[in-house]
Amino acid sequence: MPATRAAPATKAARKPAAAKTNLPVTPPATFTKEQELEAYRIMLLIRRFEEKSGQMYGMGLIGGFCHLYIGQEAVVTGMQMASKEGDAVITGYRDHGHMLACGMAAKGVLAELTGRRGGLSKGKGGSMHMFSKEKHFYGGHGIVGAQVSLGTGLAFAHKYRGNDNVSLTYFGDGASNQGQVYESFNMAELWKLPVVYVIENNRYAMGTAVTRASAQTDFSRRGISFNIPGEQVDGMDVRAVKAAADKAIAWCRAGNGPYILEMQTYRYRGHSMSDPAKYRTREEVQKVRDESDPIEMVRNRILAQKFAGEDDLKKIDADVRNIVNEAAEFATSDPEPDPSELYTDILVES
Amino acid sequence: MPVNILMPALSPTMEEGKLAKWLKKPGDAIKSGDVLAEIETDKATMEVEAVDEGVLSKILVPEGTENVKVNTPIAVIAGDVEDATASAGSEERAESAPPVVAPAAQSTGAPASAPAIPAAPKSAAPADAEIPAGTNMVTMTVREALRDAMAEEMRRDADVFVMGEEVAEYQGAYKVTQGLLQEFGAKRVIDTPITEHGFAGIGVGAAMAGLKPIVEFMTFNFAMQAIDQIVNSAAKTLYMSGGQMGCPIVFRGPNGAAARVAAQHSQDYAAWYSNIPGLKVVSPYSAADAKGLLKSAIRDPNPIIFLENEIMYGQSFEVPEIADYLVPIGKAKVARSGKDVTIVTWSIGMRYALNAAAELEKEGIDVEVIDLRTIRPMDTATIVESVKKTGRCITIEEGYPQSGVGAEIAARLMTEAFDYLDAPVIRITGKDVPMPYAANLEKLALPSIAEIVAAAKAVLYR
Repeated sequence: MPATRAAPATKAARKPAAAKTNLPVTPPATFTKEQELEAYRIMLLIRRFEEKSGQMYGMGLIGGFCHLYIGQEAVVTGMQMASKEGDAVITGYRDHGHMLACGMAAKGVLAELTGRRGGLSKGKGGSMHMFSKEKHFYGGHGIVGAQVSLGTGLAFAHKYRGNDNVSLTYFGDGASNQGQVYESFNMAELWKLPVVYVIENNRYAMGTAVTRASAQTDFSRRGISFNIPGEQVDGMDVRAVKAAADKAIAWCRAGNGPYILEMQTYRYRGHSMSDPAKYRTREEVQKVRDESDPIEMVRNRILAQKFAGEDDLKKIDADVRNIVNEAAEFATSDPEPDPSELYTDILVES
Repeated sequence: MPVNILMPALSPTMEEGKLAKWLKKPGDAIKSGDVLAEIETDKATMEVEAVDEGVLSKILVPEGTENVKVNTPIAVIAGDVEDATASAGSEERAESAPPVVAPAAQSTGAPASAPAIPAAPKSAAPADAEIPAGTNMVTMTVREALRDAMAEEMRRDADVFVMGEEVAEYQGAYKVTQGLLQEFGAKRVIDTPITEHGFAGIGVGAAMAGLKPIVEFMTFNFAMQAIDQIVNSAAKTLYMSGGQMGCPIVFRGPNGAAARVAAQHSQDYAAWYSNIPGLKVVSPYSAADAKGLLKSAIRDPNPIIFLENEIMYGQSFEVPEIADYLVPIGKAKVARSGKDVTIVTWSIGMRYALNAAAELEKEGIDVEVIDLRTIRPMDTATIVESVKKTGRCITIEEGYPQSGVGAEIAARLMTEAFDYLDAPVIRITGKDVPMPYAANLEKLALPSIAEIVAAAKAVLYR
């Protein structure tokens, strides 16, 4: 009898297939007053910025595709709170929040959305394609999944140079089904590259619910066949994100190779501005907003723990609104690129 | 019945090799599967196995013989002892059979076809302005020149590394990276899994972070898996970032038809990549240009598509012995001076062009041959200058006719040299069909010297 037929005895002893993750879920971090306030401020800036972007899109000031990050703010905020100078960040086209969290100026981001010369890419990249060498932000990529191989390459460069920086490579539940993701997983583990794969599972790949597109909907398990550890994280709780990020980044910095974090999150708006979001109910969105809004959670904690009072928070709100309004003012008054810019930046002139 | 053992082809492009060693001697009994001899090609040493049973009656090509052509009888096996004694002077009548070839880098088990075109004749090339007079020249293959270019640049710049399938321990599928692992170690000479899309993306990411990767595709046919990363990520990032973030990377490997590898492994991508702003597309012919252009490509801060040709790897040329030999990207070369008709081509197209030029010379037609060397940015000025003199132009490429590089050259001549043209530009291209496998059809699908000769006569109204 072939050896493989002798399985029944061991089958019973095997772990149940329903084991959720291959590592225990990390408990949320305990935040200091400063950390709570910082998280609040960054998330609020992203929220207000995106609301303004949506408004300006509606007014025809922003063209093309525009993908808003509203609802997912805790993910990039918690990740950035765990990273350090020199860590590379790369993501897909839902990228405005990542840029703001990386410290790129709201003015430059919004002026890029309006296609003006003061935009971060001189108006030549647009919403989906923005970069900042200074902030180690490598885009901003419009092709679903391409950033996963690129982000793995950023990690390759860290390892090649022998520094202890990591690559924070973000992609969504939709991109998780692309072939090059697994090619990258394989090489990242094979070569022990310091990359944290942050899968922002917002439950919909454009209009397709996760369960209609993914055979394995536990994205933390997507690296199992490559021996990449992974865990599911409450992506609506910035403290949970921060704790998981600390653990994953430490794993990578120590030379152990890649780590997968599935951030369970939710986008409140459509896939892009032109998406009426008929594939889900208003009630579903409202329920998430009411029960697990990432900003409300922090706000409530701050007030409960008396880290700040209503007036202090109002002041933060006013400051954030100020930044966004100034950015909007700049993004609408700044001129379009000079026509001569059409032919620049195609090749580096050597 | 005596059987001739023939010199086997060990790869689709092998034309000849060295009979390095006989492992059997006359009188030895041979069983099917016995290793008879070792054969060296420019890529590897391989064993020749017997297919037939019998007694080795005679060795026709002694060991140590170089340049033994494929299909030359190298030994005779007699079916039995009587045959062995009887066959001494009768091998001419022997039935010929190629032996089986043991582990082969590129072995298909099939005999190689005769090469589509012979090596180019030496031509009356004008003195090369890039090589100072009196420079010592050394003979080397295109393969060695490419390897030396990479090695020199890797010694010069620690940020340069090479990655691809079989580039390290195997020493390169076509042996272009031979010796690099030994000199530079596994950190800088990296074997990848067979995942073109993924490792092209990793290379681009590393380049965006400031490293200078050389990404080898085993052939450019496989780079179609990776073309999104080449076009959408490598070529466009500088523009999309408003000039902030470049991508200093070289994608290199053999391009175009090899021999008898059929449709999926025989495609010329020069026109494809030359369509993309943000890329430079380089494709050398000679070993000197291969070396000088690859060194320039590695130093270039932009993404470069470096199209090599498998058939050219083993060809030898004179290479200047200059410590740091660089050939500028974007400059064509007048490889042969002439006054009657201009032929523009590059890479293996040069073999067609120089052979055709030699044919035409016999008929009193004086051909100028321009080796384009860089497809993008195209050196239109050199072409126009030549056409001003000849008034006639023929382009040669192995790629497809529609939207080919020849079509682009014709369009440029229409706008920039219309008044100088005395005849329409003729494009000699690969035929508008997937590459067939059958030897005769393959030959028909590629450009031919006869077509070029006919085209030259046509534009000269002869």
